[in-house]
Amino acid sequence: MTVALETIGLARRFGALVVANNIDFKLEAGARHALIGPNGAGKTTFVNLVTGRLSPSAGRILLNGTDVTRLRQEERVRRGLGRTFQINTLFKGLSVLENVCLAVGEHAGTGGEKFRLAGARRAVVEHAFALLERMGIVDDAGRLVKELPYGKQRLVEIAIALGLDPSVLLLDEPAAGVPSAENRVILDVIAQLPASVAVLIIEHDMELVFRFAQRITVLVQGAILMEGTPAEIAADPRVREVYLGERQHG
Amino acid sequence: MSALVSILFHGLAYAMILYIISVGLSVTMGLMGFVNLAHGVFAMVGGYVTVILMNTCGVPFGLALLAAFIIVALLSMPLERTLYVRLYGAGELEQVLFTIGLVFMSVAVVRKLWGPLPQPIALPAMLSGQIDFGFRAFPTYRTFLIGIGFVLILLLWLGVDRTNFGARLRAAVDNRRMAESLGINTSRLFTLTFALGSGLAALGGGLGADILAIYPGYAMEYLVYFLMVVAVGGLGSIRGPFVAALLLGIGDTACKYLVPQLGAFFIYLAMIGLLLWRPAGLFGRA
Amino acid sequence: MTGRSQVDQFIRAHRLRPVELLPWGVAVLAYFGFADYLPLGSQILIMILFAMSLDLVLGYAGIVTLGHAAFFGVGAYAAGIYAVHVSGEPLSGLLVGGLAAAIVGLVSGAVILRTTGLTLLMLTLAVTSLLSAAANDAGFITGGNDGLQGVAINPILDAFSFDMFGRTAYLYCLAVLFVSWLFVRRLVHSPFGRSLVGIRENVVRMHAIGAPVRRRLLTVYTISAGLAGIAGALLTQTTQFVGLTVLSFERSGAIVIMLVLGGAGRLYGAFVGATLYMIAQDQLAEIDPIFWDFWIGLLLVLIVLFARGGILGLADRVLLLIRRRR
Repeated sequence: MTVALETIGLARRFGALVVANNIDFKLEAGARHALIGPNGAGKTTFVNLVTGRLSPSAGRILLNGTDVTRLRQEERVRRGLGRTFQINTLFKGLSVLENVCLAVGEHAGTGGEKFRLAGARRAVVEHAFALLERMGIVDDAGRLVKELPYGKQRLVEIAIALGLDPSVLLLDEPAAGVPSAENRVILDVIAQLPASVAVLIIEHDMELVFRFAQRITVLVQGAILMEGTPAEIAADPRVREVYLGERQHG
Repeated sequence: MSALVSILFHGLAYAMILYIISVGLSVTMGLMGFVNLAHGVFAMVGGYVTVILMNTCGVPFGLALLAAFIIVALLSMPLERTLYVRLYGAGELEQVLFTIGLVFMSVAVVRKLWGPLPQPIALPAMLSGQIDFGFRAFPTYRTFLIGIGFVLILLLWLGVDRTNFGARLRAAVDNRRMAESLGINTSRLFTLTFALGSGLAALGGGLGADILAIYPGYAMEYLVYFLMVVAVGGLGSIRGPFVAALLLGIGDTACKYLVPQLGAFFIYLAMIGLLLWRPAGLFGRA
Repeated sequence: MTGRSQVDQFIRAHRLRPVELLPWGVAVLAYFGFADYLPLGSQILIMILFAMSLDLVLGYAGIVTLGHAAFFGVGAYAAGIYAVHVSGEPLSGLLVGGLAAAIVGLVSGAVILRTTGLTLLMLTLAVTSLLSAAANDAGFITGGNDGLQGVAINPILDAFSFDMFGRTAYLYCLAVLFVSWLFVRRLVHSPFGRSLVGIRENVVRMHAIGAPVRRRLLTVYTISAGLAGIAGALLTQTTQFVGLTVLSFERSGAIVIMLVLGGAGRLYGAFVGATLYMIAQDQLAEIDPIFWDFWIGLLLVLIVLFARGGILGLADRVLLLIRRRR
């Protein structure tokens, strides 16, 4: 099995505060992998380290076999890494269609073109449109993102990441705070992601996690507590203790 | 050697004035995250109040300075409560444009009231002339500036480190939301800090009337210096701007003395270099 | 309206609309209708070009700068020095001015665009002050405080000489502005231009979709500097003089005001704002020069409080109200 994403000894400190502690992590190609842990465990920090938003104090990051530790965010994205943010990070003053077009355009390499009109590359626009159809928000294509309710904005957030056609997709709490209608769309879309894409999902919704994941990693205080199949994780007393505060005696 | 001592001495006096004027700006910018380009107006008005009271009403120097401090501090409070408060969440461009608009307005009013020429300042007899320190004589007024500067700085630093107000201020600068959740009334803190900073600027303007001439262009022309002191020192820092003021004050004096043909050029180059090396300022938060 | 028609609308949105030809109609009419005011007209056209260059950086890319006069001034001085020491040929002078300013933009941008916020603002101020100090000190080539005199310009294309009514100058500036506008319009409606808006709206997201943010910003900064330099060169060539005011903070401030007055980030704000400001300054500054500053200050405060989109922004709001009533 090829490894799509790997971190070796990944660590990050802020003075005396350790937010990522010697993390050895492997994401297989085509994986359906969940990252869980209590609040403040460092899950989003891990994603920020992997994507390059935060630079590590130590360790290495390999994307599809290439060492990307020294590379900037945009280089990693161009090598197939895509992510969504825990809080909607969208171009609020632009239309839904344009939000996705920006991503599709960058991926197609036409984002920096100066002498064609923005709508001229029909293929880019059609591809963005198709993504909107898939997310079920095609009727809102021309509306400004800031006019949309939270749930629909979340769908745009995911559409943007999909527009990058990533080989490794990091979803940071994609369904959090989303009303049930959009929630179902999100779950469907995640379920139908191509088998070639390696997906890592950060989630608190255990039902979603156990339905979706083939492997689960538990992160506590910046370090990996354990990793395994859903069944192994569910049975482990340490995980229960971390989540429910139960003390096991004997 | 004697030249070096002269440069250090005059540079130090200049640095004191720059610091006293700029420290308020550093704190309010660090505290409210508000780019206030109108800060120079407080120093300018303080200078005008001091000089006008002395020249027209015969008020003694010390009292005039105190009046400048109080008047400007008091006037700044309604300004902050009614106008500035609307822009705390606004973008940088809005804040820049707004405060520059205020500067334009104040400069026009001042020019209309008191004319375009620099105000003459008659230093009290006690402070003019020279003091003989044995090995050398120094101008009395500059010596006084250095002395009063140290006293003010000491009071300020002790105040911030030892008093309750200072503790609350440091907490709010560090993390506003956390401070609010601890029950600190940050709005009132802002207003008081703003008033204190403006009053200090006014005091600095009056004290430094001999070094930075009081004329309508004051608020614009010296703005770059105040901003440099704050940016190089580090926003929100109290001690940082002091180091920056020393660098700027002594550096500028040295350049004007040693290489007068290229004076300002080196200072700007040095400031650019410092800001690139430490974008958050020497003592700022990254 | 179905989604697919929205796609077609999107594809068409960036094409030229007839109303965009209005400014040029006005400019041509002005040539015939205001024959006595052509020198002012040339100044307005130059300021429109300058403001348009600033719009790329400030309005579209969202870089807050109070130092754009640096590029205007470099262009002005370069063109002046070129005319005095090398050749009075105007078109090559424009090129020299634009190129010199673009180089300064590239070098300073590469250095300072790594910073943001107050630090960046400070650095833009510092760069301008640095250049101003240099111009002052290098009096042997710039004329220092007295300015560069004796800037003689040859007839354009060896055919059109500058006349005393300012007719040639006006048409010259109009032609340069038109060509520049064609270029800038294509740029802001291109994927590159849209990505600048993306950077302004949400730079975190732009990084996360793989856009080379720093490279884009440096590119627009350089292009903008070049255009500002051409505007400066035009000023030198039409007034036959360069003074230190081209590098002043007042110049930077005034052009920001002109742009914001018209409305930043919409290309035509530069046209509206510069025209109104220059005309108002011409008429009102005569009456009471001191209070010109006061009214400008008040205007700024009011714009920030009530009309952040400037005049065009207000116009948009009015149009929206009218449409809703229907």
